[in-house]
Amino acid sequence: MAQKILIVDDEPNIVISLEYLMKKEGFDVAIAKDGEAALEMAAAYRPDLMLLDVMMPKKSGFEVCELLRADPGFAALKIVMLTAKGRDSEIAKGTGLGADAYITKPFSTKELVARIRSILQPA
Amino acid sequence: MLQPGAIIAVSFAYLGVLFAIAYYADRRADRGRSLIANPTVYALSLAVYCTTWTFYGSVGRAAATGIGFLPIYLGPTLMLALGWVLLHKLVRVAKENRVTSIADFIASRYGKSPLLAGLVTVIAVVGVVPYIALQLKAVSNSFSILSHYPDIVMPANAATVPVWQDSALYVAALLAAFTILFGTRHLDATERHEGMVAAIAFESVVKLLAFLAAGLFVTYGVHEGFSDIFSRAEQAPQLARLLVASDSAAGYGSWSALTFLSMLSVLLLPRQFQIAVVENVNPAHVRRAVWLFPLYLFLINIFVLPIAIAGMLRFPAGVDADSFVLTLPMAHGQEALALLVFIGGLSAATGMVIVETIALSTMVCNDLVMPLLLRWRSLRLAERRDLSGLLLGIRRWAIAAILLLGYIYFRAAGEAYALVGIGLISFAAVAQFAPALIGGLYWRGGTREGALAGLLAGFALWAYTLLLPSFAKSGWLPPEFGQGLFGMDLLRPQQLFGLAGLDEISHCMFWSLLANVGAYLGFSLRRAPDAREARQMRLFVDASQRYHGLGEWRGGARVADLLPLAARWLGPERAREAFERYAASRGIASIEELPADTGLVHFAESLLAGAIGSASAHAMVASVMQEEPLSLDEVMSILDEASQLRTHSRELEEKSRQLEKASAELREANQRLRELDRMKDDFISTVTHELRTPLTSIRAFSEMLHDDPRLELAERERFLGIIVGETERLSRLINQILDLAKLESGRAELDHVEVDLGDVARESLASFTQVFRDQGIIVELEAPAQPLVVLADRDRLIQVLLNLLSNAAKFVPAGSGRVWLQVARAGGQAGIAVTDNGPGIRPDERESIFEKFRQGGRDVMTDKPQGTGLGLPISRQIIEHFGGRLWAESAPGGGARFKFMLPLPDAR
Repeated sequence: MAQKILIVDDEPNIVISLEYLMKKEGFDVAIAKDGEAALEMAAAYRPDLMLLDVMMPKKSGFEVCELLRADPGFAALKIVMLTAKGRDSEIAKGTGLGADAYITKPFSTKELVARIRSILQPA
Repeated sequence: MLQPGAIIAVSFAYLGVLFAIAYYADRRADRGRSLIANPTVYALSLAVYCTTWTFYGSVGRAAATGIGFLPIYLGPTLMLALGWVLLHKLVRVAKENRVTSIADFIASRYGKSPLLAGLVTVIAVVGVVPYIALQLKAVSNSFSILSHYPDIVMPANAATVPVWQDSALYVAALLAAFTILFGTRHLDATERHEGMVAAIAFESVVKLLAFLAAGLFVTYGVHEGFSDIFSRAEQAPQLARLLVASDSAAGYGSWSALTFLSMLSVLLLPRQFQIAVVENVNPAHVRRAVWLFPLYLFLINIFVLPIAIAGMLRFPAGVDADSFVLTLPMAHGQEALALLVFIGGLSAATGMVIVETIALSTMVCNDLVMPLLLRWRSLRLAERRDLSGLLLGIRRWAIAAILLLGYIYFRAAGEAYALVGIGLISFAAVAQFAPALIGGLYWRGGTREGALAGLLAGFALWAYTLLLPSFAKSGWLPPEFGQGLFGMDLLRPQQLFGLAGLDEISHCMFWSLLANVGAYLGFSLRRAPDAREARQMRLFVDASQRYHGLGEWRGGARVADLLPLAARWLGPERAREAFERYAASRGIASIEELPADTGLVHFAESLLAGAIGSASAHAMVASVMQEEPLSLDEVMSILDEASQLRTHSRELEEKSRQLEKASAELREANQRLRELDRMKDDFISTVTHELRTPLTSIRAFSEMLHDDPRLELAERERFLGIIVGETERLSRLINQILDLAKLESGRAELDHVEVDLGDVARESLASFTQVFRDQGIIVELEAPAQPLVVLADRDRLIQVLLNLLSNAAKFVPAGSGRVWLQVARAGGQAGIAVTDNGPGIRPDERESIFEKFRQGGRDVMTDKPQGTGLGLPISRQIIEHFGGRLWAESAPGGGARFKFMLPLPDAR
């Protein structure tokens, strides 16, 4: 059974590119366009990995990450944060909240795919 | 042989020798080789204590009271032997303060009080005049007796002789002339008379030798020695009582009183003070006087009793015992010895009169006459250049007047008393100085009022209990006076308040000194000594610490002021010499170079004090000094300094205020900079984010196209379209950022031309018509027919309006969108409003949507609104640039309304 990936971003073009990439790599893909939708989808869709943008309406990526990590039901969920904010302090904040990886935009598609694979590999 | 002429000739010769000695001593002193700088001379000169009262009177008193004459000499012996510490201190203090007389001393001690000096002078003159009378009487009597040689005839009662035949008058005149010659040849700053002292010492030798010669003759020539005389006396019942002391209590009391009285007198009689204190060359000389003076007194008394006994044996009646010293040699035909005795008596009298009148005349001149003359402004004394002649004149007249007073007393009262009785009245008078003087040397609490009250009380009681009764006995006062004033028993002068059983001297001493000491202490304790008294107290009481008291004068006075002042009193030459000596002592070449300091003022004051007394000198120096507590210059410079300090401190305060203000401004600016820095960081962070977002899409799609050459054509075109769109977005973003930066910094180039707002609205709408039509949005324009002209940049206003229209287009509901465009004026302003029927703007977002990159409506729109988030900030910048306002509000019906207003040119 293919592993499931939830893409959370409010930027339509980025969503299009990520969806195309992930599907091409053989993952099942679901989309959420804001923080609240991301939490609903996480519960409904039960993805193996979440590609999470930080700057989003309604709930930021940090908030989503924090809430998910506080819930033991999502302990197995891998979270990769994708953000255009490249400051060190924000990277630290993201990893501090329990993200498995923190990838800055613009990213290399090959690297992104490689990171996702390495994160999902042991499982 | 002993004719009056011969006696007079010998007397003049003797006086000539005296004068020669004095002249020689003065010359030696001027050459700096003082004849009297010798302790033996000092001790001998102290023997001026022994006057004719001793020379003739001791024998008289011995004849009346036996050894009752002795206390008069035991007192001085005790004072020298036991009280020399007091004498030593007295001398030292007097020298340090340049004291010129006992009046000066007491006045100086209590704050240089002229009143006190005057009172002491009056007491001294009143008290001592009888004593001078006594000398006149003795010389006159001895001359009278001797001139009848070989007969022994007692002189007639002076009062019965016409004045012009009275030898005493001529004696007085002669002594006055001689004293004037001796004592007032010139003025000296220290009021010292070296020649006089030398002559007095010589006279002490003469009178001692004469008395010893007479004694030896009587004891060993007439009789067989002491034992012979005393055994003869014991056989005669009326003489035996002379050899033992009276064994009554009153007798002992009288002894004690007399001893005490004469202890004081040896220091307090004006002549004793003059010789012992003022004329003292060196305080160390006191040491030899401690034993030499008592020895002298012993020698001059050793033959008193033998002569008295021999005289009483030889002359059972008819001869005055006071004359035994002279009459015994006469009775035995000893012509030469009689003449020698006469000369001895003359020397005792002249010594006393010279010193006493000089001392008194100095006091009268310095402490009575000069203070009065100085006050008498019409004399304009203070303006006279040379006053030394005036001073000498006053002293000469004072000498003459004192001797005249003495003569008058002699004529009026002299017969009533024996010599010793008169002398004791004087002793009791000067004893009144003791509390103020001795207290002043040792007690710190004494004040001017205390001294004045003590002296007045003592003097009054002395006069009432001793002087006035003597007048009563002389018949000057009615005899009822002796029964008490107003007939009151308690006020009997010689049994005051019922105090009986004492002799008159003891009685007077008891009451007068009791009142004196009581008043002195009582009035002194009423208040603490003031500053001047305290300063003088330190000078006198703490003399051993050599406190010089500099500092009473503030600042100094110039030589040019002080030298003329001194010259007026001392004469120009003597003043100049004194100043030159002072300059030399300070190692300064000429007196003109003397610094105008306090030292100079003190020197000048003490120099003047020597001539005119410390109280007058103080006043004179004060007249030059103006004795201002602070000189005007000092005050000015102090004020100057203070005002400079104040200016400095004001400047400092000003500076510190400026600094505070500057640092507050800096803090504020720093705060603003931090804020700006934070905002810039945020801005950059936001810009970066905004730039990265399209870049992310561009890169992702480019990589996907690149990595997958077999991508379907449709897919490929879609991706490329996204890439192109994102690139355009990126370019737009960069343009807008730059545009905003320009507007914010004021570097944007904008026109200020007349623009018709209606025209702007129509043109904007025209360029957007296609968009609205595509989205099915109905647009309505509402504009006045006449143009509404504002001053602005036409293209920029169109840019603002396009931004507002595109926002409206984004938010209106799809298919039923409506947009109203209104151009209107209100007051002095004109503007355009864009209203839509979209979801509207939440009140809390109405301002924040004008912030950069803050896009509104994200919570109401499913898709992220297209745009850079810079449109509204840029629009607001443009409107504000032209002095207008752009804001958002709620439209009726819930939609959003954006409105800008610009000022009309007319209204400006």
